[in-house]
Amino acid sequence: MNIPATKIELEIASPAAVAAPVVALTPKRPPRTEAYARMARETAVRVIPPLVVIALLTLVWELVCRRAGSALPPPSKVFKDTKELILDPFFDHGGIDKGLFWHLSASLQRVALGYSLSAIAGIALGVLVGQSVWAMRGLDPLFQVLRTIPPLAWLPLSLAAFRDGQPSAIFVIFITSIWPIIINTAVGIRNIPQDYRNVAAVVQLNPLEFFAKIMIPAAAPYIFTGLRIGIGLSWLAIVAAEMLIGGVGIGFFIWDAWNSSHISEIILALFYVGIVGFVLDRVIAGLGKVVTRGTALN
Amino acid sequence: MTAYLKLDHIDKVFTRGAATTEVLKEINLTIEKGEYVSIIGHSGCGKSTLLNIIAGLTNATTGGVLLENREVNSPGPDRAVVFQNHSLLPWLTVYENVRLGVDKVFARTKSRAERDAWVLHNLNLVQMAHAKDKRPSEISGGMKQRVGIARALAMEPKVLLLDEPFGALDALTRAHLQDSVMALHQKLGNTILMITHDVDEAVLLSDRIVMMTNGPSARIGEVLEVPLVRPRKRLELATNTTYLKCRQRVLEFLYERHRFVEAA
Repeated sequence: MNIPATKIELEIASPAAVAAPVVALTPKRPPRTEAYARMARETAVRVIPPLVVIALLTLVWELVCRRAGSALPPPSKVFKDTKELILDPFFDHGGIDKGLFWHLSASLQRVALGYSLSAIAGIALGVLVGQSVWAMRGLDPLFQVLRTIPPLAWLPLSLAAFRDGQPSAIFVIFITSIWPIIINTAVGIRNIPQDYRNVAAVVQLNPLEFFAKIMIPAAAPYIFTGLRIGIGLSWLAIVAAEMLIGGVGIGFFIWDAWNSSHISEIILALFYVGIVGFVLDRVIAGLGKVVTRGTALN
Repeated sequence: MTAYLKLDHIDKVFTRGAATTEVLKEINLTIEKGEYVSIIGHSGCGKSTLLNIIAGLTNATTGGVLLENREVNSPGPDRAVVFQNHSLLPWLTVYENVRLGVDKVFARTKSRAERDAWVLHNLNLVQMAHAKDKRPSEISGGMKQRVGIARALAMEPKVLLLDEPFGALDALTRAHLQDSVMALHQKLGNTILMITHDVDEAVLLSDRIVMMTNGPSARIGEVLEVPLVRPRKRLELATNTTYLKCRQRVLEFLYERHRFVEAA
């Protein structure tokens, strides 16, 4: 009667003894032309729809504005009027008679300065508010009120304080873009999982190490959300501020064109403002992706 | 024999507003060096709170924890914790996660090259050296827990605290990891305190099983010695009478005498 039992054992043992044959598959690579064709198709799917929409809108604009007595120029006229500005953005005839490149770069420099300051101060204040309950209770109501003040409302005050256009413009950028950075950073810090804090406690990180190794990486996705909103707001603010302050800058270029009734130049400048704003947003988004290594959202 | 880790009259009361809840009452326990002790009980009985008190992450209301006759009341690498949900930092690689603790603990005593070798040594212990450059999101749950164990081991803790370390894993992976922890305990002789709610796991791994009564005011109901010789083999134990008796004792405690009343 023992025999069947042994037999079962043998049967159980046997599959392990015989190694399963390994089937080697040579991966079949699709031909190169096929890969290119697929890439082209994928690009076309993304690029063609916006191009079609733009073409249609331009057509409508052309048709609406072409008739005589129209207040705004049609695209064909815009192009004709601003051809020189488009083709030569680098001329410099002194004063404010410069190519668009110089106007844009002057505006971008102001944004770079004001935005950098607000990023540094915003993250620092956000960490404070996120980390300390008392700082939050004290500062948060203040922030909630101050952040609703429109950028240009700050301008007279800052002109009074700085007595100069340049620092005033930078201050307006700073004060406009700092609020979303503070608020998002604070939320990010408050949302650091208790687990990470426990790990830091067990490893006995000191506050500085905790800040650099846990707090900033853990809050990075939130911080970058704030930074992205901030860069958009600062670009909004600069154009408005420059209109009032004057000097070289894309904002004043628009104002100057309006005063000289060069409507086509205004339209061209708006294109550039939009494209630069878009690029700025993408740069910060890309930076965020690199810094958080795409893993922060786990 | 002198106690290595001693829990001395630990009470824990949580106070929220006017309401107070007594979670733990009169917890006394001594653990010897090299011992593997499990704490088992129904959910909500305060086992995790107890582990947090030992780890120093929470403070006891009264009473205290003595490790080698010194009171501990703040967290530290001498009581490294393996957390239930691995708690690896997602922005660091497997290697960097382990290195974080090693760099702090051995900042003065080991050179840079030695620390690097030590990290790799510990990853090898849990068979994770092959994935050292991966990020936690790129490895499986069982692998994450292995890295969590390596991180804790690499700090050379006096007591290794395991907080339901296998709770979130599927049964097969769990068994595999239990074997790994058993082998590590055999090899390194760590003192281990494990929180679990799995009876088989407790009997298989432990020298002693501490059974907790239901909260509030949970206390130690019974302590069971598991007199099984090591190394233990999962398959051989399945029919071992001592194993089955121990298992029976724990089951009786949990399901007859201290049934979880709130369980639906």
